[in-house]
Amino acid sequence: MVDFALPPNSRVQPGKVYKAAGAKRVKVFKIYRYDPDSGANPRLDSYEIDLDNCGPMVLDALLKIKNEIDSTLTFRRSCREGICGSCAMNIDGTNTLSCLKPIEDIAGEAAIYPLPHMPVVKDLIPDLTMPYAQLASVKPWMQTQTAPPPDGERLQSPEEREKLDGLWECILCFCCQTSCPSYWWNGDRYLGPAVLLQAARWILDSRDEMTGERLDALEDPFKLYRCHTIMNCTKTCPKGLNPAKAIGAIKEKLIERRL
Amino acid sequence: MSLKSAVGRARGLGSAKEGAGHFWAQRVSAIFLIPLSLWFAVSVMGLSHADYATFKGWMGKPGNATLMVMTVITVLYHAHLGLQIVIEDYVHCEAKKLVSLIAMKFAAVFLAVFMTVSILKVAIGA
Repeated sequence: MVDFALPPNSRVQPGKVYKAAGAKRVKVFKIYRYDPDSGANPRLDSYEIDLDNCGPMVLDALLKIKNEIDSTLTFRRSCREGICGSCAMNIDGTNTLSCLKPIEDIAGEAAIYPLPHMPVVKDLIPDLTMPYAQLASVKPWMQTQTAPPPDGERLQSPEEREKLDGLWECILCFCCQTSCPSYWWNGDRYLGPAVLLQAARWILDSRDEMTGERLDALEDPFKLYRCHTIMNCTKTCPKGLNPAKAIGAIKEKLIERRL
Repeated sequence: MSLKSAVGRARGLGSAKEGAGHFWAQRVSAIFLIPLSLWFAVSVMGLSHADYATFKGWMGKPGNATLMVMTVITVLYHAHLGLQIVIEDYVHCEAKKLVSLIAMKFAAVFLAVFMTVSILKVAIGA
Protein backbone atom coordinates (compact mmCIF):
# COMPACT_ATOMS: atom_id res chain seq x y z
CA MET A 1 0.00 0.00 0.00
CA VAL A 2 0.89 3.63 -0.23
CA ASP A 3 2.91 4.82 2.79
CA PHE A 4 0.86 7.51 4.49
CA ALA A 5 3.36 8.10 7.33
CA LEU A 6 6.96 9.25 7.08
CA PRO A 7 9.62 6.58 7.73
CA PRO A 8 11.16 6.88 11.23
CA ASN A 9 14.38 8.49 9.97
CA SER A 10 12.39 11.25 8.20
CA ARG A 11 10.22 12.31 11.15
CA VAL A 12 10.79 15.94 12.02
CA GLN A 13 12.17 16.73 15.51
CA PRO A 14 12.13 20.06 17.37
CA GLY A 15 15.23 22.13 16.54
CA LYS A 16 17.23 25.13 17.64
CA VAL A 17 15.77 28.54 18.47
CA TYR A 18 17.45 31.74 17.31
CA LYS A 19 16.16 34.85 19.16
CA ALA A 20 16.11 38.37 17.69
CA ALA A 21 17.39 40.56 20.51
CA GLY A 22 15.87 44.05 20.73
CA ALA A 23 13.53 43.59 17.77
CA LYS A 24 10.12 45.29 17.94
CA ARG A 25 8.25 43.62 15.04
CA VAL A 26 9.22 39.96 15.35
CA LYS A 27 8.19 37.23 12.92
CA VAL A 28 9.07 33.62 13.67
CA PHE A 29 10.19 31.43 10.77
CA LYS A 30 10.05 27.70 11.46
CA ILE A 31 12.31 26.12 8.89
CA TYR A 32 12.87 22.47 7.99
CA ARG A 33 16.52 21.51 8.42
CA TYR A 34 18.08 18.29 7.24
CA ASP A 35 21.72 17.42 6.79
CA PRO A 36 22.25 13.93 5.34
CA ASP A 37 25.90 13.96 6.50
CA SER A 38 24.90 14.28 10.16
CA GLY A 39 22.86 11.08 10.22
CA ALA A 40 20.31 12.86 12.42
CA ASN A 41 16.57 13.18 11.77
CA PRO A 42 15.29 16.39 10.16
CA ARG A 43 14.46 19.15 12.65
CA LEU A 44 12.45 22.37 12.67
CA ASP A 45 14.60 25.39 13.60
CA SER A 46 12.95 28.65 14.75
CA TYR A 47 14.40 31.94 13.59
CA GLU A 48 13.08 35.24 14.94
CA ILE A 49 13.34 37.96 12.32
CA ASP A 50 13.11 41.71 12.90
CA LEU A 51 10.64 42.78 10.20
CA ASP A 52 11.80 46.42 10.51
CA ASN A 53 15.14 45.26 9.23
CA CYS A 54 14.14 42.80 6.51
CA GLY A 55 12.83 42.91 2.94
CA PRO A 56 9.14 42.17 2.22
CA MET A 57 9.36 38.69 0.73
CA VAL A 58 9.97 35.29 2.31
CA LEU A 59 13.14 34.98 0.21
CA ASP A 60 14.40 38.21 1.83
CA ALA A 61 13.95 36.59 5.24
CA LEU A 62 15.75 33.43 4.13
CA LEU A 63 18.66 35.48 2.77
CA LYS A 64 18.76 37.49 6.00
CA ILE A 65 18.95 34.25 8.00
CA LYS A 66 21.71 32.88 5.78
CA ASN A 67 23.69 36.13 5.76
CA GLU A 68 23.28 37.22 9.37
CA ILE A 69 22.06 34.39 11.59
CA ASP A 70 22.90 30.90 10.32
CA SER A 71 25.04 30.47 7.23
CA THR A 72 24.38 26.71 7.18
CA LEU A 73 20.78 27.20 6.01
CA THR A 74 20.65 25.80 2.47
CA PHE A 75 18.19 26.68 -0.30
CA ARG A 76 18.12 27.34 -4.04
CA ARG A 77 17.52 30.85 -5.33
CA SER A 78 18.57 32.89 -8.32
CA CYS A 79 16.48 35.58 -10.01
CA ARG A 80 14.47 36.79 -6.97
CA GLU A 81 11.66 37.88 -9.32
CA GLY A 82 9.62 34.75 -10.06
CA ILE A 83 11.08 33.76 -13.39
CA CYS A 84 13.76 31.16 -12.64
CA GLY A 85 11.69 28.82 -10.46
CA SER A 86 14.64 27.98 -8.20
CA CYS A 87 13.21 29.04 -4.85
CA ALA A 88 10.08 26.86 -4.97
CA MET A 89 9.25 25.54 -1.50
CA ASN A 90 6.32 24.83 0.80
CA ILE A 91 5.49 28.03 2.67
CA ASP A 92 2.64 28.22 5.16
CA GLY A 93 1.28 24.94 3.80
CA THR A 94 1.31 25.88 0.12
CA ASN A 95 3.91 25.31 -2.56
CA THR A 96 5.04 28.62 -3.97
CA LEU A 97 8.08 30.72 -4.87
CA SER A 98 9.65 32.32 -1.81
CA CYS A 99 10.58 35.39 -3.90
CA LEU A 100 6.92 36.03 -4.78
CA LYS A 101 5.46 35.29 -1.34
CA PRO A 102 5.04 38.41 0.83
CA ILE A 103 5.84 37.80 4.50
CA GLU A 104 2.82 39.88 5.51
CA ASP A 105 0.50 37.36 3.80
CA ILE A 106 1.43 34.74 6.40
CA ALA A 107 -0.57 34.86 9.63
CA GLY A 108 1.40 33.86 12.76
CA GLU A 109 4.55 31.78 12.52
CA ALA A 110 5.83 31.05 9.02
CA ALA A 111 6.43 27.33 8.46
CA ILE A 112 8.81 26.58 5.60
CA TYR A 113 9.45 23.08 4.23
CA PRO A 114 10.99 21.76 1.02
CA LEU A 115 8.62 20.80 -1.84
CA PRO A 116 6.60 17.82 -0.54
CA HIS A 117 7.21 14.14 -1.20
CA MET A 118 10.57 14.51 -2.92
CA PRO A 119 13.83 13.13 -1.56
CA VAL A 120 15.62 15.96 0.29
CA VAL A 121 19.21 16.77 -0.69
CA LYS A 122 19.66 19.24 2.17
CA ASP A 123 17.38 21.61 4.12
CA LEU A 124 15.03 23.23 1.56
CA ILE A 125 16.58 21.58 -1.50
CA PRO A 126 14.53 18.72 -3.00
CA ASP A 127 16.02 16.19 -5.38
CA LEU A 128 14.25 16.94 -8.68
CA THR A 129 16.13 14.37 -10.77
CA MET A 130 12.97 12.34 -11.47
CA PRO A 131 10.75 15.25 -12.63
CA TYR A 132 13.57 16.48 -14.89
CA ALA A 133 13.93 12.98 -16.40
CA GLN A 134 10.16 12.80 -16.85
CA LEU A 135 10.26 16.18 -18.60
CA ALA A 136 12.98 14.89 -20.96
CA SER A 137 10.84 11.81 -21.69
CA VAL A 138 8.07 13.92 -23.31
CA LYS A 139 10.60 15.51 -25.70
CA PRO A 140 9.78 19.14 -24.90
CA TRP A 141 11.06 20.56 -28.16
CA MET A 142 9.64 21.07 -31.65
CA GLN A 143 9.60 17.94 -33.81
CA THR A 144 8.82 18.20 -37.51
CA GLN A 145 9.19 16.34 -40.76
CA THR A 146 8.97 19.45 -42.93
CA ALA A 147 12.24 21.35 -43.17
CA PRO A 148 12.02 24.94 -41.92
CA PRO A 149 11.61 27.59 -44.65
CA PRO A 150 15.08 28.69 -45.78
CA ASP A 151 14.20 32.37 -45.59
CA GLY A 152 12.40 32.67 -42.27
CA GLU A 153 10.69 31.13 -39.27
CA ARG A 154 7.94 28.53 -39.23
CA LEU A 155 4.76 30.56 -39.40
CA GLN A 156 1.85 30.45 -37.01
CA SER A 157 -1.39 32.45 -37.16
CA PRO A 158 -2.27 34.70 -34.20
CA GLU A 159 -5.12 32.27 -33.38
CA GLU A 160 -2.73 29.31 -33.38
CA ARG A 161 -0.26 31.22 -31.24
CA GLU A 162 -3.01 32.09 -28.78
CA LYS A 163 -3.44 28.39 -27.97
CA LEU A 164 -0.03 28.42 -26.31
CA ASP A 165 -0.99 31.17 -23.86
CA GLY A 166 -1.14 29.80 -20.34
CA LEU A 167 1.39 27.11 -21.31
CA TRP A 168 4.57 28.86 -22.43
CA GLU A 169 4.72 30.87 -19.19
CA CYS A 170 5.55 27.79 -17.08
CA ILE A 171 8.91 28.21 -15.38
CA LEU A 172 9.24 24.57 -14.28
CA CYS A 173 9.42 25.32 -10.57
CA PHE A 174 7.54 22.01 -9.92
CA CYS A 175 5.24 23.58 -7.30
CA CYS A 176 2.30 21.91 -9.07
CA GLN A 177 4.09 18.60 -9.60
CA THR A 178 4.86 18.18 -5.89
CA SER A 179 1.41 19.39 -4.75
CA CYS A 180 -0.36 16.57 -6.59
CA PRO A 181 -1.47 13.63 -4.40
CA SER A 182 -1.52 11.40 -7.45
CA TYR A 183 2.12 12.30 -8.07
CA TRP A 184 2.91 11.60 -4.40
CA TRP A 185 1.50 8.08 -4.64
CA ASN A 186 2.58 7.19 -8.17
CA GLY A 187 5.39 9.62 -9.04
CA ASP A 188 7.48 6.81 -10.48
CA ARG A 189 4.94 6.23 -13.27
CA TYR A 190 2.62 9.27 -13.40
CA LEU A 191 4.27 12.13 -15.30
CA GLY A 192 2.72 14.82 -13.10
CA PRO A 193 1.08 18.17 -13.87
CA ALA A 194 4.21 20.19 -14.74
CA VAL A 195 5.44 17.60 -17.24
CA LEU A 196 1.98 17.09 -18.75
CA LEU A 197 1.55 20.87 -19.12
CA GLN A 198 4.82 20.88 -21.08
CA ALA A 199 3.57 17.94 -23.16
CA ALA A 200 0.36 19.89 -23.88
CA ARG A 201 2.42 22.92 -24.86
CA TRP A 202 3.88 20.89 -27.79
CA ILE A 203 0.70 18.95 -28.61
CA LEU A 204 -1.18 22.24 -29.02
CA ASP A 205 1.61 23.92 -31.02
CA SER A 206 0.43 24.21 -34.64
CA ARG A 207 4.03 24.05 -35.90
CA ASP A 208 4.78 20.66 -34.32
CA GLU A 209 4.18 17.69 -36.65
CA MET A 210 4.49 14.79 -34.19
CA THR A 211 1.18 15.31 -32.36
CA GLY A 212 0.05 11.73 -32.96
CA GLU A 213 3.29 10.24 -31.66
CA ARG A 214 3.15 12.55 -28.64
CA LEU A 215 -0.42 11.40 -27.89
CA ASP A 216 0.61 7.75 -28.39
CA ALA A 217 3.39 8.18 -25.85
CA LEU A 218 1.02 9.70 -23.29
CA GLU A 219 -1.94 7.34 -23.67
CA ASP A 220 -1.25 5.23 -20.64
CA PRO A 221 -3.21 4.50 -17.45
CA PHE A 222 -0.29 5.78 -15.37
CA LYS A 223 1.63 8.36 -17.42
CA LEU A 224 -1.50 10.49 -18.08
CA TYR A 225 -4.63 9.01 -16.55
CA ARG A 226 -3.45 9.16 -12.92
CA CYS A 227 -4.68 12.76 -13.14
CA HIS A 228 -8.01 12.71 -11.30
CA THR A 229 -8.64 16.46 -11.65
CA ILE A 230 -7.82 17.09 -8.00
CA MET A 231 -6.76 20.62 -9.07
CA ASN A 232 -4.08 21.16 -6.39
CA CYS A 233 -1.77 21.99 -9.32
CA THR A 234 -3.93 24.87 -10.47
CA LYS A 235 -4.51 26.13 -6.93
CA THR A 236 -0.82 26.25 -6.09
CA CYS A 237 0.76 27.52 -9.34
CA PRO A 238 2.68 30.70 -8.40
CA LYS A 239 2.40 31.90 -12.01
CA GLY A 240 -1.40 31.54 -12.05
CA LEU A 241 -1.37 28.83 -14.74
CA ASN A 242 -3.84 25.96 -15.05
CA PRO A 243 -2.05 22.60 -15.48
CA ALA A 244 -5.33 20.72 -14.86
CA LYS A 245 -6.82 22.45 -17.92
CA ALA A 246 -3.75 21.56 -19.99
CA ILE A 247 -4.09 17.90 -18.96
CA GLY A 248 -7.80 18.11 -19.85
CA ALA A 249 -6.78 19.35 -23.32
CA ILE A 250 -4.58 16.25 -23.81
CA LYS A 251 -7.44 13.96 -22.72
CA GLU A 252 -9.74 15.79 -25.15
CA LYS A 253 -7.33 15.21 -28.05
CA LEU A 254 -7.12 11.52 -27.19
CA ILE A 255 -10.93 11.26 -27.36
CA GLU A 256 -11.12 13.44 -30.47
CA ARG A 257 -8.97 11.05 -32.46
CA ARG A 258 -11.12 8.06 -31.46
CA LEU A 259 -14.51 9.53 -32.40
CA MET B 1 19.07 -1.18 -5.35
CA SER B 2 19.05 -0.11 -8.99
CA LEU B 3 21.64 1.90 -10.86
CA LYS B 4 19.24 2.51 -13.75
CA SER B 5 19.39 6.12 -14.93
CA ALA B 6 16.61 8.57 -14.06
CA VAL B 7 15.60 8.88 -17.72
CA GLY B 8 15.53 5.09 -18.00
CA ARG B 9 13.24 4.93 -14.96
CA ALA B 10 11.04 7.78 -16.21
CA ARG B 11 10.61 6.18 -19.66
CA GLY B 12 9.94 2.86 -17.94
CA LEU B 13 8.16 0.26 -20.05
CA GLY B 14 6.79 2.93 -22.39
CA SER B 15 3.17 3.72 -23.04
CA ALA B 16 0.48 1.05 -22.72
CA LYS B 17 -1.35 2.90 -25.57
CA GLU B 18 -4.52 2.42 -23.59
CA GLY B 19 -6.49 4.48 -21.11
CA ALA B 20 -8.60 6.72 -23.34
CA GLY B 21 -11.16 3.89 -23.66
CA HIS B 22 -11.41 3.55 -19.88
CA PHE B 23 -11.69 7.35 -19.49
CA TRP B 24 -14.42 7.54 -22.14
CA ALA B 25 -16.34 4.56 -20.73
CA GLN B 26 -16.33 6.15 -17.28
CA ARG B 27 -17.81 9.40 -18.65
CA VAL B 28 -20.39 7.71 -20.88
CA SER B 29 -21.58 5.43 -18.06
CA ALA B 30 -21.82 8.50 -15.80
CA ILE B 31 -24.03 10.19 -18.39
CA PHE B 32 -26.19 7.04 -18.63
CA LEU B 33 -26.59 7.12 -14.86
CA ILE B 34 -28.09 10.63 -14.76
CA PRO B 35 -31.50 9.66 -16.24
CA LEU B 36 -31.33 6.11 -14.82
CA SER B 37 -30.72 7.33 -11.25
CA LEU B 38 -33.52 9.89 -11.52
CA TRP B 39 -35.90 7.21 -12.83
CA PHE B 40 -34.78 4.80 -10.06
CA ALA B 41 -35.22 7.38 -7.28
CA VAL B 42 -38.67 8.45 -8.49
CA SER B 43 -39.74 4.80 -8.91
CA VAL B 44 -38.55 3.77 -5.44
CA MET B 45 -40.38 6.73 -3.89
CA GLY B 46 -43.54 5.78 -5.77
CA LEU B 47 -43.27 2.19 -4.51
CA SER B 48 -42.33 2.99 -0.93
CA HIS B 49 -45.60 1.72 0.56
CA ALA B 50 -46.33 -0.93 -2.05
CA ASP B 51 -46.83 -4.60 -1.15
CA TYR B 52 -45.04 -7.42 -2.99
CA ALA B 53 -47.86 -8.04 -5.44
CA THR B 54 -47.92 -4.37 -6.48
CA PHE B 55 -44.14 -4.35 -6.82
CA LYS B 56 -44.21 -7.56 -8.89
CA GLY B 57 -46.85 -6.03 -11.13
CA TRP B 58 -44.75 -2.90 -11.57
CA MET B 59 -41.59 -4.90 -12.29
CA GLY B 60 -43.52 -7.11 -14.71
CA LYS B 61 -43.87 -4.22 -17.13
CA PRO B 62 -41.13 -4.67 -19.78
CA GLY B 63 -40.09 -0.99 -19.64
CA ASN B 64 -39.55 -1.08 -15.87
CA ALA B 65 -37.67 -4.40 -15.95
CA THR B 66 -35.45 -3.17 -18.79
CA LEU B 67 -34.61 0.11 -17.02
CA MET B 68 -33.96 -1.74 -13.76
CA VAL B 69 -31.51 -4.16 -15.43
CA MET B 70 -29.84 -1.21 -17.21
CA THR B 71 -29.50 0.68 -13.93
CA VAL B 72 -27.93 -2.27 -12.13
CA ILE B 73 -25.48 -3.07 -14.95
CA THR B 74 -24.50 0.56 -15.52
CA VAL B 75 -23.97 1.18 -11.79
CA LEU B 76 -21.75 -1.90 -11.47
CA TYR B 77 -19.87 -1.16 -14.68
CA HIS B 78 -19.22 2.43 -13.57
CA ALA B 79 -18.27 1.31 -10.05
CA HIS B 80 -15.85 -1.30 -11.39
CA LEU B 81 -14.12 1.33 -13.56
CA GLY B 82 -13.80 3.62 -10.53
CA LEU B 83 -12.61 0.88 -8.18
CA GLN B 84 -9.96 -0.12 -10.72
CA ILE B 85 -8.57 3.43 -10.50
CA VAL B 86 -8.63 3.36 -6.69
CA ILE B 87 -6.77 0.04 -6.56
CA GLU B 88 -4.18 1.19 -9.12
CA ASP B 89 -3.71 4.41 -7.14
CA TYR B 90 -3.13 2.92 -3.72
CA VAL B 91 -2.11 -0.74 -3.97
CA HIS B 92 1.53 -0.81 -4.98
CA CYS B 93 2.47 -4.44 -4.33
CA GLU B 94 2.13 -6.03 -7.80
CA ALA B 95 0.76 -9.35 -6.50
CA LYS B 96 -1.81 -7.70 -4.22
CA LYS B 97 -2.78 -5.30 -7.02
CA LEU B 98 -3.37 -8.14 -9.46
CA VAL B 99 -5.38 -10.20 -6.97
CA SER B 100 -7.54 -7.24 -5.89
CA LEU B 101 -8.20 -6.17 -9.49
CA ILE B 102 -9.27 -9.67 -10.52
CA ALA B 103 -11.36 -10.20 -7.34
CA MET B 104 -13.06 -6.82 -7.82
CA LYS B 105 -13.89 -7.57 -11.46
CA PHE B 106 -15.21 -11.01 -10.52
CA ALA B 107 -17.40 -9.49 -7.80
CA ALA B 108 -18.74 -6.88 -10.24
CA VAL B 109 -19.62 -9.48 -12.87
CA PHE B 110 -21.15 -11.79 -10.23
CA LEU B 111 -23.29 -9.00 -8.80
CA ALA B 112 -24.36 -7.84 -12.27
CA VAL B 113 -25.52 -11.34 -13.27
CA PHE B 114 -27.03 -12.11 -9.85
CA MET B 115 -29.02 -8.87 -9.79
CA THR B 116 -30.16 -9.30 -13.39
CA VAL B 117 -31.36 -12.85 -12.71
CA SER B 118 -33.12 -11.63 -9.54
CA ILE B 119 -34.87 -8.83 -11.40
CA LEU B 120 -35.98 -11.20 -14.15
CA LYS B 121 -37.19 -13.71 -11.58
CA VAL B 122 -39.46 -11.09 -10.00
CA ALA B 123 -40.48 -9.66 -13.39
CA ILE B 124 -41.31 -12.85 -15.28
CA GLY B 125 -41.13 -15.59 -12.67
CA ALA B 126 -44.18 -17.36 -11.32
